[in-house]
Amino acid sequence: MTINQISIFLENKFGRLSEILSILRHENIRVIAATVADTSDYGILRIITTDQQKAFQKLIENKVSANMNEVVAISVDSCIGQLSETIDKFTQSGITIEYMYCFSFNQKSILVLRSSNMAQANEVAQKNNLNTLSEAELINF
Amino acid sequence: MASTEYWNEELETMSRPNLEKLQVERLRKTVEIAQNSPYYSEVFKKNNITPESIKSLEDLQRFPFTTKEDLRSHYPFGLVSVPMEKVVRVHSSSGTTGNPTVVAHSQRDLDQWADQVARCMYMVGCRNTDVFQNTSGYGMFTGGLGYQYGAERLGAVTVPAAAGNSKRQIKFIMDFGTTVIHAIPSYATRLAEVFYEMGIDPRKDTKLKIFCLGAEPHSEEQRQRIEQLFGIKAYNCFGMSEMNGPGVAFECKEQNGLHIWEDFVIPEILDPVTLQPVPEGEVGELVLTTINREAMPLFRYRTRDLTRFIPGECPCGRTHRRLDRFKGRSDDMIIVKGVNIFPIQIERILMGFKELGLNYLITIDTVSNNDEMTVEVEVGEDITISDYTKLQNLTKEITRQLKDEILLTPRVKLVEKGSIPQSEGKAVRVKDFRKNH
Repeated sequence: MTINQISIFLENKFGRLSEILSILRHENIRVIAATVADTSDYGILRIITTDQQKAFQKLIENKVSANMNEVVAISVDSCIGQLSETIDKFTQSGITIEYMYCFSFNQKSILVLRSSNMAQANEVAQKNNLNTLSEAELINF
Repeated sequence: MASTEYWNEELETMSRPNLEKLQVERLRKTVEIAQNSPYYSEVFKKNNITPESIKSLEDLQRFPFTTKEDLRSHYPFGLVSVPMEKVVRVHSSSGTTGNPTVVAHSQRDLDQWADQVARCMYMVGCRNTDVFQNTSGYGMFTGGLGYQYGAERLGAVTVPAAAGNSKRQIKFIMDFGTTVIHAIPSYATRLAEVFYEMGIDPRKDTKLKIFCLGAEPHSEEQRQRIEQLFGIKAYNCFGMSEMNGPGVAFECKEQNGLHIWEDFVIPEILDPVTLQPVPEGEVGELVLTTINREAMPLFRYRTRDLTRFIPGECPCGRTHRRLDRFKGRSDDMIIVKGVNIFPIQIERILMGFKELGLNYLITIDTVSNNDEMTVEVEVGEDITISDYTKLQNLTKEITRQLKDEILLTPRVKLVEKGSIPQSEGKAVRVKDFRKNH
């Protein structure tokens, strides 16, 4: 299964990140995952929240340039070689990974991954019995 | 009176009454020729204009104005007044979205143009013993071939270097002993910078004597700076492709106003709103009527350039009136690196991208002696901003299309919706931060 991730176009303007996050805070939406990479003129802020539909709607209402797309969130036990093994499953099936972010805590790791063909990526995850999380499972992790 | 050398003494120092008589004769002749153009024959019929009815310069008031839009809407050859067999060259402005403007020339027109440019160059001291280097773009840019044929007519050694590649320009200047050079003012400062970077002092190590500056308005301060950097005199030159190109008006050695050649055009300075003559010496829009062109004469062409006549006589002895440094334009055209650009050209391209919004801002600034244009455009509703590659490709494609249209590579910056400040009245589309504009 896949989950919704919100991607936000962020101008490289001082304070913009704070402005966006305060919109979510104001709407009582909890941010579960967030990432933004460094670029010169602009960045893409990717977030997963406790209520993606509401978050998306509120962002749009506040004239934020946002859209939603699918990613897959996989949970594995945190130990040596886990990340490598998991990614290998995709590589062996010919799937390119556009981007990913992951983090470990309490002996568990969560890997969020985006591929150019999400349907295929999802299939690979199912076939290999990877533990893909739903939005609800991710929120309550 | 100080002795001055003239390319054509009789014409350049003709008394005002004789000059005006010549203008009326030539105006009459031009009307005769223009009756053969589809556009002007209509105009003449509607306004009862015939060659016989031209008795004095006052009769010019009976002519309606010709605008750039008229040239565009009769693209390409609606204003041509001779059979196409007689046309030997066309020049055209940039613009692939919508029609560019085209000017057609007969051989006689080209010869006259070359002679006029030679006259201008001779006026500022260029001789057939000089080496002339042209850093203007060639091809459709009239600054290229215009100066080329004028300098050849004068008999100088010509170096058609064309634009760019400063190190190569400098090599030519050093190796060929260039004495006279033509460049746009912003390139002149750039060239000086490269000279100094290479450890060469153009004031001591070159044979440069004369700079011709054109295609861009520039301030007295900028001219003086160029003169200091090169240690030579720099002369302001005015031209426009609708009036051939370079050579329409040129400074003499006095450097106090540009003599506009009144045997070639009848100049008027009019209020851009009422289109009535302004009081003597006041600023208005320059309106030009060609009186020595056959393939494509133009009557009362609105240049949209704002300037004034400098009253009084020039010590150089030339009786053709002087125009002051241009003050600006009565439209929204901008000039960057000598290239004319209308914001609407940029707007049309941006509107073609569904990923973009409606707001954009063009800023022009000087960055290390180079004029740069940045186009900021808001992203639209339809933008899929989920990956960098797509955004980068979008930026690249916008840049490519803009470059094809305006002939200049701008820096394109995607910005958030609503981040470009909106004005109450007419949208501010251009912010020019260059010091001399």
